Amino acid sequence: MGKSQGKIRVLIAKAGLDGHDRGAKVVARALRDAGMEVIYTGLRQTPEMITEAALQEDVHVVGLSILSGAHMTLVPKVLKMLNEQGLDDIKLFLGGIIPDEDKTKLRKLGVDGIYGPGTSTQTIIEDIQQACQ
Amino acid sequence: MSVTHTKAILNGERLALTRALTQVENNTAEGLEILEALFPHTGKAHLIGVTGAPGTGKSTLVNQLALAFRQMADGITPPKVAIVAVDPTSPFSGGALLGDRVRMQDLAGDPGIFIRSMASRGSLGGLAAATAGLVQVFDAAGFEIIIIETVGAGQAEVNIARLAHTTIVIEAPGLGDEIQTIKAGILEIADILVVNKSDKPGAENTLRGLRNMLSLAHPEENSINHHGEIMEFNTETDQAENGWIPPVLPTIATSGEGIPELVNKLIAHNDYLKSSGIWREREEKRLKNQLETLLGAALRSRWEKRISPDIYQAALTQVIKRELSPWRAVEELIQGAGL
Repeated sequence: MGKSQGKIRVLIAKAGLDGHDRGAKVVARALRDAGMEVIYTGLRQTPEMITEAALQEDVHVVGLSILSGAHMTLVPKVLKMLNEQGLDDIKLFLGGIIPDEDKTKLRKLGVDGIYGPGTSTQTIIEDIQQACQ
Repeated sequence: MSVTHTKAILNGERLALTRALTQVENNTAEGLEILEALFPHTGKAHLIGVTGAPGTGKSTLVNQLALAFRQMADGITPPKVAIVAVDPTSPFSGGALLGDRVRMQDLAGDPGIFIRSMASRGSLGGLAAATAGLVQVFDAAGFEIIIIETVGAGQAEVNIARLAHTTIVIEAPGLGDEIQTIKAGILEIADILVVNKSDKPGAENTLRGLRNMLSLAHPEENSINHHGEIMEFNTETDQAENGWIPPVLPTIATSGEGIPELVNKLIAHNDYLKSSGIWREREEKRLKNQLETLLGAALRSRWEKRISPDIYQAALTQVIKRELSPWRAVEELIQGAGL
């Protein structure tokens, strides 16, 4: 069953242990203003919690914010768990400070978009809209 | 919709369930088929509505309630709990920020709990148009307790009372004087009144104000103020005969204080509804309501298909020029469609 009709639903989660949620909030707000339905889950989400929320909310996109440097641990876990739940159609977007060599690896694993500091919210909005077409 | 999919939903399979909820929320043809297939399996769950002004602690209280239901007394299998949390859609962008899950982190990892956030998508009255549909899906999927959290409500968002069996209205200290408590609207729909944040200053006043309000509404049941002497009656024993008098309970949702009492009242209200026959009355009323809404929408869409936009536009122009009254125009437009 497709999810094509209706609004784009996005889960925004702060994965891991860092408490800097300003960026996640800015993105959440921008996506809201672009007409999307944003489910904001708050701080310190484990991969299990993120997967569970993505399933219950039947979202098109999961947006992860990671500023702790633990992206190479957390992101593969989230991707694996989403797949295990049959949620492989969900797009995964990542925001944070990610070194270039990791970016390549993460893209190979299946991350659909990676955004560093200074990214315009318009870029993120357009990428999400395109990914959900 | 396939039979296997219906079966998967009835078995509470989470992927089938979540996809079904989306179809129903988006009001697709498939969503309607799902609702139709599930309808015979609905009508078992206790629907609990939670409403109140923004920031009074609805989500935090829902979190605690769900925890309490899942940890109920030993020996009994705890009921499965579904939560439908509604937040407002922006009237400007059509987008929404659904933040109720932030307060429900304690519920993560429990397979007996399912939380679904929904945006109001332009509906007024505190719920979304598809909220009742989502509740029916959860009901059929075997969730025995369904908690519906409304958008932060003001005075007139009372639709929840038509959907839920038991409506909890949450107040917080300091939200107004006693005149607020005797106004019509949200306080009238409460089966249970909760004063949350009861550790905050002014809680006593709010509790007293609400209790006074109730003693105006039910003067003979509670107590009689006889020449300054208050004569108390025991209301617990003959509640079934006298009708339900909404209790006023203090809680502190962040710490869980007052939650066991609230759960007891919810169970008592469920028993009361069933023993008094009101449960059946409310179900009948709810289904009648649903039937009328569907009928209204179906008639309207049939009318729209039959009337040409030109005739409609012509009538509208005449009304704007004040050559035709709106009432007369309605008559003509209905007749023009052959209805």
